[in-house]
Amino acid sequence: MAESIPHEVDPGHGDHHHEDQGFVSKYLLSTDHKIIAMQYMFTGMLMAVIGGFMSYVFRMQLAFPGESVPLWGIVTPANYNALITNHGTIMIFWVAMPVLIAAFGNYLIPLMVGADDMVFPKLNRLSYQIFLISALVLLSSYLVEGGGFGGAWTSYPPLSAKSQYNLTPAGASLWLLAVALEFVAFLLGGINFITTAMNSRAPGMKLYDIPMVIWMIVIASILFMVSVGPLIAGAIMLFFDQTLGTAFFDPNRGGDPILWQHLFWFFGHPEVYVVLLPAVGITAEIITVFARKKLFAYKTVLHTAVGTGVLSFTVWAHHQFIAGIDPRMAHIFTLTTLLISIPIAEMMFVYIATLYGGSIRLTTPMLWALAFIGEFLIGGVTGIFLGASGADVYFHDTYFVLAHFHYTFYPIAIIGTFAGVSYWFPKMFGRMMNDTLGKIHFWGSIVSFNFIFIPLFVLGTAGQHRRIFDFQNFPALATPELQQLRILATMSLVVMLGFQFVWLYNFINSMFRGPKAGKNPWKANTLEWSADSPPPHGNWPELPTVYRPPYEYSHPDREEDYWPQHLPN
Amino acid sequence: MLEWYLPQASTYASEIDNLVNLIGAFVAFWFVLSFGTFIWLIFRFRARPGTEAEYITGELKHQKRWITIPHLLVLVCDVFIIVGAVSVWYNIKQYLPPAEQTVRVVGQQWTWTFQHPGADGQLDTADDIATVNELHVQKGVTYHYQLQSVDVLHDFSVPVFRLKQDAIPGRTITGWFEPTLEGEYDVQCAEICGIGHGLMGARIFIENEAQHAAWVAGESPVRLAAVTTPTRAIQE
Repeated sequence: MAESIPHEVDPGHGDHHHEDQGFVSKYLLSTDHKIIAMQYMFTGMLMAVIGGFMSYVFRMQLAFPGESVPLWGIVTPANYNALITNHGTIMIFWVAMPVLIAAFGNYLIPLMVGADDMVFPKLNRLSYQIFLISALVLLSSYLVEGGGFGGAWTSYPPLSAKSQYNLTPAGASLWLLAVALEFVAFLLGGINFITTAMNSRAPGMKLYDIPMVIWMIVIASILFMVSVGPLIAGAIMLFFDQTLGTAFFDPNRGGDPILWQHLFWFFGHPEVYVVLLPAVGITAEIITVFARKKLFAYKTVLHTAVGTGVLSFTVWAHHQFIAGIDPRMAHIFTLTTLLISIPIAEMMFVYIATLYGGSIRLTTPMLWALAFIGEFLIGGVTGIFLGASGADVYFHDTYFVLAHFHYTFYPIAIIGTFAGVSYWFPKMFGRMMNDTLGKIHFWGSIVSFNFIFIPLFVLGTAGQHRRIFDFQNFPALATPELQQLRILATMSLVVMLGFQFVWLYNFINSMFRGPKAGKNPWKANTLEWSADSPPPHGNWPELPTVYRPPYEYSHPDREEDYWPQHLPN
Repeated sequence: MLEWYLPQASTYASEIDNLVNLIGAFVAFWFVLSFGTFIWLIFRFRARPGTEAEYITGELKHQKRWITIPHLLVLVCDVFIIVGAVSVWYNIKQYLPPAEQTVRVVGQQWTWTFQHPGADGQLDTADDIATVNELHVQKGVTYHYQLQSVDVLHDFSVPVFRLKQDAIPGRTITGWFEPTLEGEYDVQCAEICGIGHGLMGARIFIENEAQHAAWVAGESPVRLAAVTTPTRAIQE
């Protein structure tokens, strides 16, 4: 299949021999993009369980310092640092990346552009295998002497470079190795996503006929591939500092610790948009379907995404305002950082405008998509405080920052994922999820999410700094009022984690016992809904042709309120 | 917003607080406007029997206006915020007023060491006073701090001053503050520095002239060699 020419049906697809495959070759060694997407999705979700458990443990420590945490025990400072470090690392690199980019990218790109598979299926399989190894390497860092790395997910040297400082000789190196391997996996995946979307489109699908989620994944892949180079170089240098005794980041021997921060954030800030854009794309697909509306100003959305992507390479040092950079540099990065609010604000305005004149159905996927817009607005506006250098002098490294980026990453990684999974579940498994359970899970998760992070905004405003395992050591922060806010945040987290069992039950139960979905249960336009649910290996018996843009809902020339892309008229 | 939680104890604390309030006003306006519109649209255009969605491309000029005009207004707000941020930043971090006193602040895993000038008012003389986790300063005096680290990154954060600055091994970073309020407040390390990061707090004592003179007179000088030498050798 690897060499299949776009737009021609591979004779192997749809043949009976695919059904005779054993479990291992069908599910573990498959080159089918849908199976690889599932591998990424389930691995990502498993990692999310681990990352979520970590947050439970350290939040319990903050609410009830020094007490034994159920299912864990006493949290030592070393435990605490390793837990926060790996929570951040896992949630970004092993949950947001694999689920939003790799799982949705793999699943949706061929199905939405009308291809039978990815252009490089074997590369795709290799990408997942390397990703799996990277996850195992990361988890193994908890089992070695000294335990997991505890120098924060940003891994600033000299703390990360020398074991006499971080006290995790093996954990720090394994952490770094895992991150580097993960980047390799996503470089392989990114090549596939861009090539497939650009070269394997169905006949008739012009660039402006590509569904927004596909554009967003392509732009995100380009951003990732352009930005990750410096960080891979930096990771190798840091690895050499740790293991071979080089001095790239050692000030005592001519190195410079600030260099790492530049390499890290030159990647790290575009990375925010790498995970944001796919979630924005998923939201576009869902709000158009459930508002029965054409996407407002399709080209504007696309241009703002490209504009955001380009600008995202010029803002990185806003993470380093007070890190000891030349103070004059802060002016430039304040300017670029506030400018990036323009395309993002415009994107939000477009989404809100799309709702105008719609016929809005509040199904579970729609609730998630709307929640993405609402919660991301909070994440967006609170970022302005931090991008303004003068205000960042105070807010830097406080819980205000933490609450701000959770108001961006939670909508991205959690809301975006639940939106996408609940929307494409019928396609993935051929059955419908239960809408009532879906809504219970939605409201339980969203309300408790806000009750976790609004108290943390308050704590950050009161001057509480990050990555401190026990605030009782700081008289200004040890007050009962502030402690009650910490307890409220922790209790809300426990409630939110509890609600995930509702989703898990709904997911597994619906997979086997949900009502049959049919090809197009949402009456949507994009190509994936013209395939069987679930689509067979090869996706269509005959590849579709595209006749119109993706969002022709409620078109005056058509009786039904949707007009699938593949119908001639 | 900030003075509700923390007193303003430096000359520039109010500048930062005003900037935060300015940004807060802009942000609140845009948030309420867009969130309100968003919720209203969801309610107004909920699916009802007998009504159908409209076909709006958003590509026409009179439709695009609804995006372009708010977008330009956001840009105008951004200009105000940028001007405010840059001028506040300039006063705190770029401009350095002449020092009346200089203190040295040294971070190491996991304590702060402060080297104060003694009665002669000069740093690096025999009567310097070195303390651990206690910084004594005088109200109304312009201080320069010389920030250093002997091992990993630390961050010298005095929330009541609204002051924060990373300490970097191998460099001396000079900045300034002028205390305006007497009292005893927290100093925190704001950059993760290892397992003892959560213990790396200190206290700042802001005293009036008489109290400060009494404190200087009452402290016996500590040789600074004990201060600036790392407590453990940095191994290659």
